[in-house]
Amino acid sequence: MNLAWLAAGIGAGLVVIGAGIGIGKLAASAMDSMGRQPEAISPIRTAMIIAAALIEGVSFFGLVICILLAFKA
Amino acid sequence: MFLSQNVNNVAVVDSLKRAAQNNSDPSWIMHHVLDGHSISFEPFGTLLLPQFHIFGFDLSITKHVFFIFLIAAILILIALLAARSYKKSIIPKGFANLFEVLILFVRDEIVAPSIGKGYETYLPYLLTLFFFILLSNLFGLIPYSVTVTGNIAVTAALASISFVVTQFAGIKSHGTIKYFKGLVPSGMPKLILIIIIPLEILGLFTKPFALCIRLFANMIAGHIVIFSLLGLIFIMHSIYVAPVSVGFALFIELLELLVAVIQAYIFTMLTALFIGMSVHSDH
Repeated sequence: MNLAWLAAGIGAGLVVIGAGIGIGKLAASAMDSMGRQPEAISPIRTAMIIAAALIEGVSFFGLVICILLAFKA
Repeated sequence: MFLSQNVNNVAVVDSLKRAAQNNSDPSWIMHHVLDGHSISFEPFGTLLLPQFHIFGFDLSITKHVFFIFLIAAILILIALLAARSYKKSIIPKGFANLFEVLILFVRDEIVAPSIGKGYETYLPYLLTLFFFILLSNLFGLIPYSVTVTGNIAVTAALASISFVVTQFAGIKSHGTIKYFKGLVPSGMPKLILIIIIPLEILGLFTKPFALCIRLFANMIAGHIVIFSLLGLIFIMHSIYVAPVSVGFALFIELLELLVAVIQAYIFTMLTALFIGMSVHSDH
């Protein structure tokens, strides 16, 4: 019975919640602004993809720590 | 280098069998993802790579080093072939056309808007960075191949070189003393300066660290998910898991294709942004 595995599991779940909320808010406001101004769809889409990659980058910090916990335990 | 039918082949097959018998042993995933001294073409054999130990440093040619050399050779070959077709006519045709589209994309969408006036100095480095990361990420999706950027030493090296280029850009355009003085805002009382100066110096280092971890974690996470999904077939001891497992793995592999291109774009764009922020005085 190893608490590090439990910690890795709970940590990964929390990381996914954080990333999901962040990217969900990003997608919601991107959809709003695309609907408001259909001629600006292409730049908004590019900016949305860049911001999504950056938010995912932050979530990967937590994921790397969870993987380290799970494999060193 | 010689082909060995049995040496490391046994290690990988045994580790899979061990994982199938003992459900909580995930070491076979790391065996495929980490560096090693041999390249294994699984049912056909294993290539043992030469090992050199010089002055106590382990400078042997490992799997990732071999693939870095391969990618560098392919990039030099592609660039020379593309440049040669420009001698005949200014309008490229065929292969150089594709290359020109990518180079113009990097120059007009990534470098020129971020850096502004003196961007030609940094354009060769940013183009090299973009094509190396793009090709390394795409190579990781081929069977029997390894992801070079999935090794944290490689991404740390790329991030360090980007850090050095960023500082060099700032020093070149402002002068050494003025650049480092420009880090702290002017007109602060002396007591706050004692806290602000270490904080700003630390803030210089967090940006390349984030670049390094972002690229490494994006590449490694996709591959670990694919290996875990395919390993489910062995852990569940049944062949009927295979259609579901391979289907999901295929979907994640397509997502990995998108992530590979996006991560190359993000790394280059953030480096260009940091160089632009260093060159323009923002305080």
